[in-house]
Amino acid sequence: MSETTLDARRMLCPMPVIRTQEKVEQLQVGDTLTVICTDPGAMHDIPAWCRVNGHEVIDIDQQDEEISIRLRVCEE
Amino acid sequence: MSEPHKAVALISGGLDSLLAAKVIQQQGIHVEGINFFTGFCVEGHTHAIRKKDRAKPKRNNALWVAEQLGIKLHIVDIIEEYKDVVINPKHGYGANLNPCLDCKIFMVQKAKEWIEQKGFDFIITGEVIGQRPMSQRKDTMPVISHESGAEALLLRPLCAKNLEPTLPELEGWVDRERLYDFEGRTRKPQMALAAEFGFEDYAQPAGGCCFLTDKQYSVKLSDLWQARGERRYELDDIMLLKVGRHLRPRPNFKMIIGREDGENKFLHGYRKQYTHMVTTSHNGPLVLIDGEAGAEDLELAARITARFSQGRDAGQVDVEIHPREGDVHSVQVQPMRGAEIPADWYL
Repeated sequence: MSETTLDARRMLCPMPVIRTQEKVEQLQVGDTLTVICTDPGAMHDIPAWCRVNGHEVIDIDQQDEEISIRLRVCEE
Repeated sequence: MSEPHKAVALISGGLDSLLAAKVIQQQGIHVEGINFFTGFCVEGHTHAIRKKDRAKPKRNNALWVAEQLGIKLHIVDIIEEYKDVVINPKHGYGANLNPCLDCKIFMVQKAKEWIEQKGFDFIITGEVIGQRPMSQRKDTMPVISHESGAEALLLRPLCAKNLEPTLPELEGWVDRERLYDFEGRTRKPQMALAAEFGFEDYAQPAGGCCFLTDKQYSVKLSDLWQARGERRYELDDIMLLKVGRHLRPRPNFKMIIGREDGENKFLHGYRKQYTHMVTTSHNGPLVLIDGEAGAEDLELAARITARFSQGRDAGQVDVEIHPREGDVHSVQVQPMRGAEIPADWYL
């Protein structure tokens, strides 16, 4: 099980979602990915993308302008 | 039991694609969605930038549609490839710089490539004959099918009964009798079907999902091409056209002036790529200078910057200039009066 981080800061939606999708395609089931972003829209869109594609959001953390969304890759 | 046939639906986030996908889902077809990001999509960006919009609930409509349908959604970045569609549209532009017909052909072509890679059987769109003046007409429907290479693999469930039967219909994968014959600009049949399916709160069908259909945006893009002497753009260029007040006081440079805190913050992210200026004696905008500006140009820009600061009525305003290369320096200027700024400087 690997832990990966994706820097999506300064990207505006839907780019953080697209980059998340591309990264998840390279990962294995059970791996975790932390996406760091600054667009508040990502707080809604990345969990929505996880829901429709069957991945699990583990937690969302916001510190000032930065948002970290940690997700687990699940069987699609 | 055999595997169901599989279709990919082009999901814009609007009502028509939602309904088209639902109609086909109801016939036992496995549907997944595909959404293309061109860089010109209205979705998201301006909401993320402007502070006043941040309080409003935000959602990506394509993802919302996918959730309503319970389908997977694949969002595809086509920014680079899409440039050729915008710059050289074979079928020309609509009222503004919107290459709607070429755009639809391109997206269906990309969807065709996608279904070939993923082993899907056909493509669905929410097109309706007569709904859009450029791309959704009876005579353009076969053009899209043919030039995209999709041919009979492209099914438009909302107006299929007004078109020649497609492969999924001929093969009996879907029942043509349970498809629709919507036509024209009226939205009533779609709204009635949405009510029948129990869909509420869908994105209002205003036809404004692309900045290229916007007159002001197209004016700014034309100006960008004219100033550069060539028709090209990068993603940052087209993002910046969505932000701030744009003024071109001289052919060799343009100013991008933040209108509020959210925009100033966004423009701040570009400060290393552009010469920029801020007022220091009064609160004011962050201003990017796009182009090559000499000393006199910068002084003019400083006066305009002062005009859009809280020091607009002051005798003198201090403006700090941060050249892209070179040392930061300050100038003291008299703010330009509103009447001194010719209307044609505003893009």
